[in-house]
Amino acid sequence: MRLLIRNVRLLDARGERGPGDVYVVEGRISFTPAPVDEVVEGEGRYLVPGFLDLHAHLREPGQEAKEDLASGLLAAAKGGYTDVVSMPNTLPPVDAPEAVAALRERGRALGLARLHVAAALTLGQEGKRITEAALLKAAGAVLLTDDGRTNEDAGVLALGLVQAGAWGLPVAVHAEDASLRGNGVMNQGALSEELGLPGNPPEAESARIARDLEVLRYALRQAKGRPRLHVQHLSTRRGVELLREAKRAGLPVTAEATPHHLTLTEERLRSLDPLYKVAPPLRTEEDREALLEGLLDGTVDAVATDHAPHTQAEKEMDLLRAPFGIPSLEVAFPLLYTELYVKRGLPLARLVELFTDGPRRVLGLPPLHLEEGAEASLALIDPAPKRVEPSRFASKARYSPWAGWVLEGWPVLTLVEGRVVHRVV
Amino acid sequence: MRHLLDFQGWSRKEVEDLFETARLMQEVLARPVKKVPALQGFTVATVFFEPSTRTRISFELAARRMSADVVSFSAASSSLEKGESYKDTLLTLEAMGVDAYVIRADAAGVPHQATRWVRGAVINGGDGRRAHPTQALLDAFTLLEALGSLEGRKIAIVGDILHSRVARSNAELLPLLGAEVWCAGPPTLLPERLPNVRLTPDLEEALKEADAVMALRLQKERMAAGLLPSLPEYVALYQITEERLRKAKPHAVLLHPGPMNRDVEVEGTLADSERSLVNRQVQNGVAVRMAVLYHLLVGRKA
Repeated sequence: MRLLIRNVRLLDARGERGPGDVYVVEGRISFTPAPVDEVVEGEGRYLVPGFLDLHAHLREPGQEAKEDLASGLLAAAKGGYTDVVSMPNTLPPVDAPEAVAALRERGRALGLARLHVAAALTLGQEGKRITEAALLKAAGAVLLTDDGRTNEDAGVLALGLVQAGAWGLPVAVHAEDASLRGNGVMNQGALSEELGLPGNPPEAESARIARDLEVLRYALRQAKGRPRLHVQHLSTRRGVELLREAKRAGLPVTAEATPHHLTLTEERLRSLDPLYKVAPPLRTEEDREALLEGLLDGTVDAVATDHAPHTQAEKEMDLLRAPFGIPSLEVAFPLLYTELYVKRGLPLARLVELFTDGPRRVLGLPPLHLEEGAEASLALIDPAPKRVEPSRFASKARYSPWAGWVLEGWPVLTLVEGRVVHRVV
Repeated sequence: MRHLLDFQGWSRKEVEDLFETARLMQEVLARPVKKVPALQGFTVATVFFEPSTRTRISFELAARRMSADVVSFSAASSSLEKGESYKDTLLTLEAMGVDAYVIRADAAGVPHQATRWVRGAVINGGDGRRAHPTQALLDAFTLLEALGSLEGRKIAIVGDILHSRVARSNAELLPLLGAEVWCAGPPTLLPERLPNVRLTPDLEEALKEADAVMALRLQKERMAAGLLPSLPEYVALYQITEERLRKAKPHAVLLHPGPMNRDVEVEGTLADSERSLVNRQVQNGVAVRMAVLYHLLVGRKA
């Protein structure tokens, strides 16, 4: 299908241009007038490259009551994402090349947002024996991680980095020291003590990041290729500082921050509602500000959702037993567009970069800009305000900490290589 | 007052009104026929997701003394892990016409969650480490009986502060009544900070010039968890003895929420002495809980 998006503002990591007319012909962007099948009005809207989420839990195989590829990838498309990396902590974990290939095949068949598969770093995510990085890469894996588990054994992580590095795969880590985290369900500090809830101290994260950076140094010395370490869902001020120092020292390390750590703090737990139970936990305002600084100065490379859906009944358990996680694929962009750009003045091009080129760099993908001949994987963003209504989510998780918030910047049209995967216009 | 979850948002006046009612209830309990029709037609459910005998009996007696119907539900926390849902349990009771729920759970926040699901009044019967408001009310009531007023009084709470909902609720309530609260315990069992409270690992400092001392129950599993080096060390440093109580004011009284590990938290002879208000606390518990039920059920209808 040939499409004309008329009079639209063009926005990518390099900045804003336009307004102008954009043609989508044979899955590519063109600025040359051509006959079209359909015209979409772009006035007052932004056209941006499609978003890439580095960190989504799509729960297939094994936990389809929480989410499956169909619901999860549709939720992604509704959120302006054209590409999603699924985490391997499924049942069973994705630790074999066949599992990677099967998932990719299912993702392709659905024809929604594109599925990229992260495979486990260790067999069964048990942290003991590393997986077959070369074969996983050949089967299409884009990243190795034991996300959800905390890689307690430094020697195994070092081996994994050396092995994955040889095949050009980044290794992503859930940076928390399990022994310091204990059974914490919220940030440890004055508030957790006042509320009488077991706390997870910020040092559980920073102590582990410090160790992982040293392991990376060691792996770099051992390696033939170039190991790359990616730190997931950064949540603490000290964690940001450690990453900043490491990057200054030239270490091949990247980091992501989530929409919830960027917009919510531990204060939400005053409601004693497991809706806000997430790992790592929501931290303090000071930590949140440090994350925002990290976004601005490049310490944080990407916004990643850590979309973690659960059933309503599971989330209605008590704070000790309810599972960790917040679903956010459908609201991530409007949320940060509103809270960081509209309210805080974060440069819009930087915000878009954090959803596009930033995460692409983590995976070693080339940047995607709005230029003649570029792949037409795009999102059309409408600044008109709209209320967050979880009951209308495509995700099976129809609850949200942002329910009722009025947000601007909703994706109204999402194209993958010129194919419409979501539209409300 | 619609629910009793903790003391957030409570005024001193509300506590004093409640104690006024509790005094009337004490008179009822002193009669040969200890029963009034105040809650006839109301149904009170004790919903205990964590086992407890004393608190449950105290609440059930309180409800029955006022002629309420009482039903009780209990589930071990292990059955919750098997997927039994709090919400379904409560909705089932709601469908059967329950008016007030006394909820106990090992996780903080369960009574707060319950208020989102049921229309009846919710009373926190102890949730995790968070709060045990009726225990704090009966403690304060007992202290008032013994000391007359709590204005400017120094109360020392001793033991495992970190894991204690009794300490947390008292730390909210006693300052509201004018008392100065000190919490003393082993450094590994003290929180970093609690609002309105002085925290110290030094028992002597906490006991000095105190008007009352409240010893907390020590959970023996804290030792297995490595939070305490040994029981003898705890006894050596934190047991309340007659000797140590001399640091406090001459009239100082002793409280303990029970059940007591005799000769661990408190020296046995002291526990039996006339300075000990432990049995008085239990007795007052029924009157205070009657007052709470009365205020929540009759108070809200009026």
